[in-house]
Amino acid sequence: MTRMAAEQRHRIRFTLNGEAVDRACEPRMLLTDFLRHEIGATGTHVGCEHGVCGACTVNVDGRPARACLTLTLQVEGSEVRTVESLADRQGRLGLLQSAFRRHHALQCGFCTPGILMSLDALFARRANADEAEIRDVLTGHLCRCTGYAPIVRAALEAAAELRGETNREAVDA
Amino acid sequence: MKPAAFDYVRAESLDEALDVLRNEGGDARIIAGGQSLMPMLNMRLARPRILVDIMRLAELRRVEPRQGNIAVGAAVRQAELLEWPALDRDLTLLSLALPWTGHAQTRSRGTVCGSIAHADPSAEMPLALVALGGEVVLRSARKRRRVAAHDFFLGVMATDRNDDEMIEAVEFPATNGRRCAFREVARRHGDFAIVACAAVATERGVRLAVGGVADMPVAREFDILPASALDGALNAFAWDLDARDDFHATARYRRDLVRMIGHELIAEVTR
Repeated sequence: MTRMAAEQRHRIRFTLNGEAVDRACEPRMLLTDFLRHEIGATGTHVGCEHGVCGACTVNVDGRPARACLTLTLQVEGSEVRTVESLADRQGRLGLLQSAFRRHHALQCGFCTPGILMSLDALFARRANADEAEIRDVLTGHLCRCTGYAPIVRAALEAAAELRGETNREAVDA
Repeated sequence: MKPAAFDYVRAESLDEALDVLRNEGGDARIIAGGQSLMPMLNMRLARPRILVDIMRLAELRRVEPRQGNIAVGAAVRQAELLEWPALDRDLTLLSLALPWTGHAQTRSRGTVCGSIAHADPSAEMPLALVALGGEVVLRSARKRRRVAAHDFFLGVMATDRNDDEMIEAVEFPATNGRRCAFREVARRHGDFAIVACAAVATERGVRLAVGGVADMPVAREFDILPASALDGALNAFAWDLDARDDFHATARYRRDLVRMIGHELIAEVTR
């Protein structure tokens, strides 16, 4: 039996945005705090810390997850993806991020990383997701700026682009 | 808001988990998907000294037919049950209620049994278990026992589970083509219900269960009645639930919803 004592740091290994993480943390450390304070990946935001606002949503083993409701030790051996994975190494915005920019789907941007990761997970599973499904996923997020309409428009356009129905490269270039 | 410190055990067998519960019962909590327990820890409404993670136990990660019931193991996530191929046919009510259980971002990790162990009076999984007349399978190092849903829920977040026990599985009677209906009113889709109702057709009429009003989900049998008699029966049910005013809604509004949704669902399953 592996019992990990409260006051000690314990080894934790997982994959973060394709790169191996091999660190240590206390049992009570939330994944949000581990990402932000131990790794320095501050793209994942911390809002309500009880799973309601959605700002901390990341991707664990291909599914969206609240990082504030996840203990770091629970993701041992998992593949974790955060908003930092969406842009390429040159910092060019990903397809979904570009659609958000075009449609003004963010104002303060606090909720945006979580929304992007939820939609990214949705489109990875359901490239044909329609507006109802998009809105259903968005119920898991609070945005106090946009009124959601531009977010839905951006998501619909990104979905169409992912299906190859439009090509925005010329516009973005 | 950060959890108070605790030891963490990543159980590698069921016996290990049960040993911790036997030795440290009241100080220990099982963690599965964590979507009910983690908010309690973050807000320090719960301060266990030891958490036992059961998500690596393959034997708890099964959905299987068992003598007319569908057994859902303690490590089965809500999203996994939603994707179970026979869900529409064998657990029709769950196929209707699961999309209302939290959000996609919490169903991905939260388990069916975890929600039932947490026993929030407005949660959908306890409601579905009560509506279908299911059972909870409790396991300790000493024994295994089965408890009927209506005996399991004792009050707000209070259940019949002893400190040395954990939920091993819950069993929902297979719906076998019986008509089912589900409806919920909440401030935001996926938030806790102000009122949630589930109806299941029976031989004599309908079994209607209500969550979000009393301290636990409550079910009542309704015979097929003429409209006026049904009005009276639903009104009596609405009052018997002893609704209270709170931040989200008044007691009167809750009674209204029980009468209105009750009518709709009974019509839907007896049509």
